[in-house]
Parts: sequence; structure tokens; C-alpha cells
Amino acid sequence: MEQVVSMPRIGDQAPAFEAQTTMGPIKFPEDFQGQWVVFFSHPADFTPVCTTEFMGFARLHQEFQKRNVQLLGLSIDSNFSHIAWVMNIKEKMGVDIPFPIVADADGKVARLYGMLHPGESSTATVRAVFVVDPNGKIRAIIYYPLSAGRNMREILRLIDALQTADKHGVATPADWVPAPQTWEFTEENTKVIVPPPTTYEDAIKRLKDGYECADWYFCKKKLG
Amino acid sequence: MSMGCVSPDGKLSERALSFLRLVKERGKIRPEEAVELTGRPLFQVRSSLRELTQAGFLQVEGQEYALTEKGHSALE
Repeated sequence: MEQVVSMPRIGDQAPAFEAQTTMGPIKFPEDFQGQWVVFFSHPADFTPVCTTEFMGFARLHQEFQKRNVQLLGLSIDSNFSHIAWVMNIKEKMGVDIPFPIVADADGKVARLYGMLHPGESSTATVRAVFVVDPNGKIRAIIYYPLSAGRNMREILRLIDALQTADKHGVATPADWVPAPQTWEFTEENTKVIVPPPTTYEDAIKRLKDGYECADWYFCKKKLG
Repeated sequence: MSMGCVSPDGKLSERALSFLRLVKERGKIRPEEAVELTGRPLFQVRSSLRELTQAGFLQVEGQEYALTEKGHSALE
């Protein structure tokens, strides 16, 4: 696969592309003018960490909407795969995914945005987040590795910080939040994800191993 | 690229027909009005209106979209 050819920077205009998504074709950023966009990549469909992130984004979807933010996902998978995965999340986890996912089977958009980091993987996109403002300008970029799920509340906090800075002509300090927060971490947050099986045989065995499995590819356990 | 509103053989999806009905009902429509009236996200409204325009069912008049003869025929 071709290597990363570009790496947009904060302050650049978001690179333009046309693509198919789970909610129809898009022209980016043209179709999103006037709205903030959180454009994020994830390594692949039917992977457990990404599934938790998608459910996390779905839980906060209304909060993003209140802030005039459109979420937009991407991975190097087909539209059919994205649709099947979204249906699986609905069926097995009971969560609707209310935002589009870009089909980027040839990796063209991922390369355009520097979402492929060959040292991590040459085929799976890292966990990149691009915050694009209503004028199509990149305002923030976050990169996470394949193994660590993102903090959705931090992405929301970043949006609040950017919008507050724009509105009031100010800057925000470390750990700033617009209002006191209740951080609702529970025992559930301490569980880790077991790597998904790579063969059918292992997938069948996995379901009998005593893990907490939402589906064959998505099992958690508590560390001893 | 596969189409969200118009299939390669020219058939209209349910979403496309609902947009055409809405434009017929309102006479002309701006994308922001269509967002309010349909509850669909802005990017999807813009994309759908563009597709229907490119396929000849709508025409752009300033900031608004109106039905063409082909658009009227599709609803008959």
C-alpha cells in the first residue's frame, strides 16, 4: 500500500474529497459548511475498541448536535461492511449509530488526511480526530494509537474550548471545562478488551471462554 | 460512486421522492428549510438536493431549489 503522502496541519483548509457514506454520498467539506465537523478515523469495522468508541459517540450525539457539530467516521472498509457493522451494533448492543461513516476501501481519503501511520499499521487507520470549523478550516488534530480508545468527553471539551475561544476571544487553561462536570466512571470502565479471534475455530472457542462477550469479535474481561 | 437519491438507471429512492414532494409542497426551498422540515442532517440535505439537480429533477434559483418539468413528472 502507498505510504502516507500528506499530513494536514492546524490552520489548513480541510482537504476536499467525495465519498460514499452509510448515509449517502458526500462532498467534504462543502456539504458541511456552516457546521463544525468531528472527522475521525478508526482502524477497522467489527473491532471491539472501535465499537466502544462508536457507542460513546452515539451516547453523546445530542451534546454534539447542541454545539452544531456533525460527527463523521472513516475506516478503510467498504460501505457494505460499514452498514453490516452498524446493524450489528444495533442488534447486539442496542445502540443506533446516528452519524455517517465514510467508505474508504482504497485508502485514498486516509492518505489525504495522514490517517495511515506505517509504523503502527500499513492497512489500518490510526485513531485520528480532525476538528473542522464551519468555514472548512482544521482547528484541532488528535492522534491515538490502535490499542487505546479515545475519550469522547475530551473531544466534546475540545469543541467547547474552541467555540468559547472564538466567541469570547479568550484562551482556555489546562483541564478547563465550561461548567463543573460529573465524571461518571464505574467498574465497567476498568474492564479491558480481549484481542479478537482471527480464525473461525478461535471465534467459536472464544464464546465458551467465560469472557463478557457482546459478540464474537467483542469480548471484555476484568484484569486479575 | 453509488447514488443516495438516484440509482444509475435513473430510479428515485424514497428519500429522493420525499424531497421532491417537499419542494412541490413549498414551491421553492432552501437547504436550511429542508433541514428544519425533514429533521435530516444538513450534509445529507445538500447532497440530496445536489444529486436531484444533477439528475434534472430540480433546478437552482439563487439560494433555493425548485422542481423542473422532469421533477413534476416524477411525482405524477
